Amino acid sequence: MTDQPTVRLSVPERAKAGEVIEIKVMIQHDMESGYRRGSLGEAIPRDIIKHFRCSMHGETIFAAEFHPGVAANPLLSFHMRAERSGMLTFEWIDQTGVRWSKQAELAVE
Amino acid sequence: MKKTVARRRFLQGALILPMGWVMPSAAAETQARRQQVAAAIAEVFGPNRTVRAGKVQVRVPAISENGYSVPVAVEVDSPMTRDDHVRRIAVVSEANPLAVIAQFELGPQAALAKVNTRIRLADSQRVYAVAEMNDGTLWTGYGHSIVTLAACVI
Repeated sequence: MTDQPTVRLSVPERAKAGEVIEIKVMIQHDMESGYRRGSLGEAIPRDIIKHFRCSMHGETIFAAEFHPGVAANPLLSFHMRAERSGMLTFEWIDQTGVRWSKQAELAVE
Repeated sequence: MKKTVARRRFLQGALILPMGWVMPSAAAETQARRQQVAAAIAEVFGPNRTVRAGKVQVRVPAISENGYSVPVAVEVDSPMTRDDHVRRIAVVSEANPLAVIAQFELGPQAALAKVNTRIRLADSQRVYAVAEMNDGTLWTGYGHSIVTLAACVI
């Protein structure tokens, strides 16, 4: 899965200083557990995203480590306190080191 | 005549035997599940840690019709201030082939220790979450879900 997967972000465009906002992210990925078998009985190799990180101004806000027990198209929702305007960076790294990222601008007033 | 007695004995035995099998295996399974959780906590947070029950809420549907995608909401009772916050959270399964499902790390800007995701469940079971606070204490809670379509091979 090296082609660019669909990423869905739910981030408010603007927030008041000090406001707590919810961020939802989803990336399209099979998260192949490595436990399944194909129609010919052959083992389907594991292919999962291992790491997720959400950061702003270089500082980690929230990070996750995934294992095969995470469902396909991993979805996460978490909360942050809006302090400064800036670019939120979301990145996912799969088990082989392939990296996908997406950004969203947050305006704090 | 002789045959009838043998048959009766056999039938009595056949009745008693499964009871003997079922009763201890249920307890043994519960014990195996608790051990899997303890091993997973040691794997994530290191060995010989004291884990206290409380502060952590895990919400899973009471009945999961599809074990391949079960929504789970973890919430830790914490003010999330500089002096008192959650550092890490692990989601642990007691019955999946791999106990550790996901780990979360919360930075200083994470305002609430509240995380939602979707997981796979291989069987009806408890889903645990373990939170590590900044003072190093570990707290745990669980939710239980009956899985009607198991992610049999997760």
